[in-house]
Amino acid sequence: MKDLSLYIHIPFCKQKCYYCDFLSFSNEEDTVSIYFDALNREINNTPNTKDEYLVKTIFIGGGTPTYVHFKYIIKVIETIKNNFSVDPEAEISIESNPGTCNIDSLYAYKNIGINRLSIGLQCWQNNLLKNIGRIHTHEEFVNSYINAKQVGFTNINIDLIFGLPNQSISHWMETLYEVCKLEPTHLSCYSLKLEEGTVLYKSNLSNQFTIDEELDRHMYYYSIEYLNNSGYYQYEISNFAKPNMECNHNLVYWELKPYIGLGLGAHSYFEGYRYSNEENIKQYIHKIQNGDTINTAKMLLSVEDMKAEFIFLGLRKIHGIYDKFYRRMFNSSFFDDYEKEINQLVKEDYIIITDGNLKLSKKGLDFANFVFMSFLND
Amino acid sequence: MTLSKQERTRNFSIIAHIDHGKSTLADRLIQKTGLLTEREMSNQVLDNMDLERERGITIKLQAVRLVYKANDGEEYFFNLIDTPGHVDFTYEVSRSLAACEGALLIVDAAQGIEAQTMANVYLALENELEIIPIINKIDLPSANPEMVINEIEDIIGIEAQGAPLISAKEGINIEEVLETIVKKVPAPLNKDHLPLKALIFDSYYDQYRGVVASIRIKEGKINKGMKVKMMATNKVYEIDEVGVFANTLLPINELISGDVGYISASIKNVKDTRVGDTITEALNPTDEALPGYKKIIPMVYSGIYPADGSKYDDLREALDKLQLNDASLMFEPETSIALGFGFRCGFLGLLHMEIIQERLEREYNLDLVTTAPSVIYNVTKTNGEEIQVDNPANLPPTVEVSHMEEPIVNAHIMAPSQYVGVIMDLCQERRGEYITMNYIEDTRVVLEYDLPLNEIIYDFFDALKSRTKGYASFDYEVKEYRRSDLVKLDILLNGEMVDALSFIVHRSKAYNRGRSITEKLKEVIPRQMFEIPVQAIVGGKVIARETIRAMRKDVLAKCYGGDISRKRKLLEKQKEGKKRMRQVGNVEVPQEAFMAVLKLDDK
Repeated sequence: MKDLSLYIHIPFCKQKCYYCDFLSFSNEEDTVSIYFDALNREINNTPNTKDEYLVKTIFIGGGTPTYVHFKYIIKVIETIKNNFSVDPEAEISIESNPGTCNIDSLYAYKNIGINRLSIGLQCWQNNLLKNIGRIHTHEEFVNSYINAKQVGFTNINIDLIFGLPNQSISHWMETLYEVCKLEPTHLSCYSLKLEEGTVLYKSNLSNQFTIDEELDRHMYYYSIEYLNNSGYYQYEISNFAKPNMECNHNLVYWELKPYIGLGLGAHSYFEGYRYSNEENIKQYIHKIQNGDTINTAKMLLSVEDMKAEFIFLGLRKIHGIYDKFYRRMFNSSFFDDYEKEINQLVKEDYIIITDGNLKLSKKGLDFANFVFMSFLND
Repeated sequence: MTLSKQERTRNFSIIAHIDHGKSTLADRLIQKTGLLTEREMSNQVLDNMDLERERGITIKLQAVRLVYKANDGEEYFFNLIDTPGHVDFTYEVSRSLAACEGALLIVDAAQGIEAQTMANVYLALENELEIIPIINKIDLPSANPEMVINEIEDIIGIEAQGAPLISAKEGINIEEVLETIVKKVPAPLNKDHLPLKALIFDSYYDQYRGVVASIRIKEGKINKGMKVKMMATNKVYEIDEVGVFANTLLPINELISGDVGYISASIKNVKDTRVGDTITEALNPTDEALPGYKKIIPMVYSGIYPADGSKYDDLREALDKLQLNDASLMFEPETSIALGFGFRCGFLGLLHMEIIQERLEREYNLDLVTTAPSVIYNVTKTNGEEIQVDNPANLPPTVEVSHMEEPIVNAHIMAPSQYVGVIMDLCQERRGEYITMNYIEDTRVVLEYDLPLNEIIYDFFDALKSRTKGYASFDYEVKEYRRSDLVKLDILLNGEMVDALSFIVHRSKAYNRGRSITEKLKEVIPRQMFEIPVQAIVGGKVIARETIRAMRKDVLAKCYGGDISRKRKLLEKQKEGKKRMRQVGNVEVPQEAFMAVLKLDDK
């Protein structure tokens, strides 16, 4: 049996955060029930892989999946179990926001097999939270966290963002300090990027808030050092975990392993094809009701594409990539395929080679795009 | 009594300011004479290039022959010769006018006469044409025909009472225009018995015929098989075809004195049929060529480089093709350390330059980097040698330069009188020398200035337009070379000189220019891994400096829920952008940086 991962997209939120450009909506409560009907139908219609693939990870993301009633989530997991072979040990994650789950719903998630909870906190300071459109305080976050622990979740991630408007280095230090005290198993620390179309982007068109790159890097380096000292090791550009508590689902993306995305706008990489689902929610529902396909932009990756992706996705991992795995996939060595690029990058101290392994240097971590770009085909 | 061919021929042009309705009237005349059916008429018959249509101006001239049955019962041939409507093409206009006996002067009933119209009226008067005023746009609520008629009489000094009051757009009084042409435009004289003397007033390259030259027969006759000589180049050709301009080229047996038509003679290059040249019969030549021939000299030079160095040959091919139809376009290969292989191109003026650039980009799909335009400077070296410099990079080192001269133009600016102050300020800023000012009526003035050409080739016209809310019109001609205190301003990026960014500027302007160009470069050059000093240097001295701070990070933090395609696209876009940059030393410079000097706001 081959390994498979599933991503389930739940595009509903109580309120959209000002920095968020993910596919999600607020004030669409009336659509929830009909959306889940469509989603379950999509899952039922997915070609049968039961004998060939074993599902090792499931990630329920959004939006805020815990914002909808837990009965919908239970139904989705049941539908998945009916249509896929799911490993009893599979990592099943759900994203949540403080204040959107209570003891009852947490028990429900736990009972259906969800064993990893990812909570979006972003930062500790209530005034900063308000400024980025978050609808909770850090007190509410702590409350949610304690509830989750009490229900029996042992694998919990907390999402954080640095480089926010008016966020000082002290704010960031306080955030990390307070969060580490709770001893989650996993931390994601994202550097803020102003995405076009977001509230923050629009409100900043005249650049009143410039992202201070010096401060951003200061925060980033501090995170690495502080978290390392607190028992979290960095395993990807933005991700930190206690030993053996990495997010297996994320590793799937970076290691070019197959995954099927289900739900609105979800992305898949399956049997060599990359494709994505319809992004318009009305169309998504309508097409499923009519039995039309919702897959768009289907593209078969060439060997060259795959090689490039193997490298630029793999290099996101702190340990980097190993030639032996590359050889197993492509029957050639990346040291040969990208000799010129690798030599140049090593010379300029962007990457480090040791014994069949390639990884980003400290400088490479700051300029990862530049490194990745070098491996794209012309 | 039957009239002779000459007696039934009328050759005329239309003189008008842009937007005063020249093309619309031309269309109406063509429609009314019934030569073409409505269906045959493209939107505006005389403007046949998209680019012109978009800009609302006519660049290449073209003639058309109309057949008109007049009220007297006779059938007349009208040769309407179109003229380009821009200051860059004054010479071509004058040659077109030389092919006519009369000119219709179209004046907007609401706006009155403009400077550019005046310039062409003077050209028409020089060519001794009968000028026939026509007041257009009388349908506009703001039309004031009486005032405009008085203005024409006051300024030009020709009778304008009784001028046809028309609306070309609404088709009002077009018949009157046709009858006026019959009555007022003088018929050409019959000089059939003299040796051939024909004026070339336009030419273009046709894939099948070779060069097709538009000609006016002044004396004699021309027919197929005749051996003719171009008097400027002494080249001899045998005529393949003669004809007239109906809605297409219409071959006929012969053209006689007074006729306007075309010839083809398997000529390979428009340069061999120079506008203004005289065609005569090789075996029976005329004594003297027609007066007024000038070899066209480009006034504005700029380097044109392919954005992608591998497209150099494509660029050469495209320029070759454009030159087939544009004898005033000149180019020769040049190299730049910053930009690689390209061409130094000479243009009649800024508009001509813009048109060529746009055509290269649009019709030939080329991505170009253009350097700031330059004029030709006369440089006297300390050893007494005199050279001409059209590329700032070729200016000898300061120590070898004794002195320099720059071209000066004589300019007329016409505007409502409330703008006199701002126009004077502008001309002052551009080192203009005030000559005189005339009120042409209570509220309108003509200002005459001598201006250095290098002060007007950048953005003078734009500045003039914006400061006068579009009411000023402007016309110039090159007057002379004058000695001037000029310096070369160089730009250093990270300590390395960028040859393509150098320009020549008056010493009094160097500091401000240096400051604004360094500021602009700081804006357009993206931050890189290291700090980049941007310096402006005159004679080895730094006069302005900016610093482009180093980039501290370039990394996508998030993974977008497995959306690898998006990530890949972002990286591809970034890589594409990087590829389009020019490597200057170790600095990557985007294309727009080389044009930055063009877009400096002088204020």
